[in-house]
Amino acid sequence: MDAPRKLKVATTSLAGCFGCHMSLLDIDERLLDLLEIVEFDRSPLTDIKHCGHCDIGLIEGGVCNAENVHVLREFRANCKILVAVGACAVNGGLPAQRNHLQLHEILTAVYATEAGLASGVQIPNDPELPLPLNQVHPIHEVVKVDYFLPGCPPSGDAIWKFLTDLVAGCSPHLGYGLIRYD
Amino acid sequence: MSQDTFLLDGEEIPFTRGQTIMEAARAAGKFIPHLCWHPDFTGHGSCKLCTVKANGHLNAACVTAARKDMTVENRTPELDDKRRTLLQLLFVEGNHFCPSCEKSGNCVLQATAYELDMMSPHFDHFFPDRPVDASHPEVLLDFNRCILCELCVRVSRDIDHKNIFALSGRGIAKHLVVNAESGRLADTDFSLDDKAAQVCPVGVILTKKKGFSVPIGQRRFDATSIATQVTEAAAAAQEEV
Repeated sequence: MDAPRKLKVATTSLAGCFGCHMSLLDIDERLLDLLEIVEFDRSPLTDIKHCGHCDIGLIEGGVCNAENVHVLREFRANCKILVAVGACAVNGGLPAQRNHLQLHEILTAVYATEAGLASGVQIPNDPELPLPLNQVHPIHEVVKVDYFLPGCPPSGDAIWKFLTDLVAGCSPHLGYGLIRYD
Repeated sequence: MSQDTFLLDGEEIPFTRGQTIMEAARAAGKFIPHLCWHPDFTGHGSCKLCTVKANGHLNAACVTAARKDMTVENRTPELDDKRRTLLQLLFVEGNHFCPSCEKSGNCVLQATAYELDMMSPHFDHFFPDRPVDASHPEVLLDFNRCILCELCVRVSRDIDHKNIFALSGRGIAKHLVVNAESGRLADTDFSLDDKAAQVCPVGVILTKKKGFSVPIGQRRFDATSIATQVTEAAAAAQEEV
C-alpha cells in the first residue's frame, strides 16, 4: 500500500513578530518527525508566495492592514483547517494596544511630531505600502477560525501537542500547563 | 448524630448549618469556579460564575445555603460551557493582554479560564479606552483589567472602613471609580496596608516598584491549576485536624 499522502501546511505571520514561527522551530528535532507527515506550502520557511490548497493553515498575528486582510482571506479560501496561533491572532495582542488611539494621531506622533526627526519627514504614503486599518483585529473577527492556540508565543511543546493531535485527526486538547495566555 | 450532607456531582459533601454550597464544597476540596467570591468575605453573587444546579434550579453557590440531601450539579459540561461564555464576555469587554500584565500567572480570571479550557475570546473585542491611574506613590490602578467583581469596593468599605472604591454607570458603561473629588487615588487615604490592596483577583490594583519580582513560570498558578490547589488546601487542612 502506498504511504499516506503528506498533509499540506501553510503558515504566515500577519501583525505578529514571528515569535510564534520561532516557537514552531522550537519543537527542535521533532521537526524531522513532522516533516515525515506534513509538507509546507506557503510559509516563511519555503518562501512560496501564495497559498495553494492546504489541509492546515497556521496564522500568526492579528489583522492590522489591508494586506493582512487579503492574505488571511487567501488562507481561509485554501485551507481546510485554519488555526489562530498565538496571542496576536487570538485577541490582537500587543499591536492591538493601539486600538484606543486614533490612527492619524499615532502616525503623526511617529512620523511628524516625534523629537529628533529630520526636517521634512512625512507620513509614508507610497502606494506599495498596505493601508493600516483603524484598529487591529483578532483574525476570528475577519474570517471563520477552526482552532485557537493561545500563548505569547505558544511553547514548542504546545505547538507539537496541538499539531500531533490535529494530524491524528482528533480535536486538539492542550491540557493544563500547555494552555497559557502569556 | 451524623453530619448533614448534600450531593455535589454525585459525592457526599458534609456541611454545617449556615454554610453556603461554595463554603462547604471548598472545605471538602471541591472547586466551584468563581471570581467575585473570596474565602475571607461574605458572598456577593454578582459574577454568576459559581452558578450551580441545585435540585434542578440555577443558583449562585456563593450565596445559596447548603441544605440537607439537596442534589447539586457543578462541573457538568452544560454549566462549564456557560461559565466559559461568561469568561469570554469578560475578556472581550476589557483589555486583557496577559503577555504584558504583571498579574499573569497570579490572576484568578486567567487561572479560571485555563481550568475551563478557554481557547479563544470567541466574541468581538470592545477594546475600551480606560486610562490608568498612576497618581498614587505606591499603587497603580489599571482599569483595563477590571471585571467589576466589587471585591475592592466591598473590602475598602466593610473591612478598611475607608470606602475608597465604587462602581459608577450602568450596563456596558459601568466602571470602577475612586471616591475622591478629583477621581485620583492619590487624593484618598488609600495605603498598601489596606486589605483592599490585596484582594483584586485580576491586575487592576498593582504595587509599584515590584514588577515581575517573581518570574513568569514560578507564579501561583504556573505549576498547578486553581482547582487542584483547592483540593490540596482542603487535604492539608484535614491533615492538621
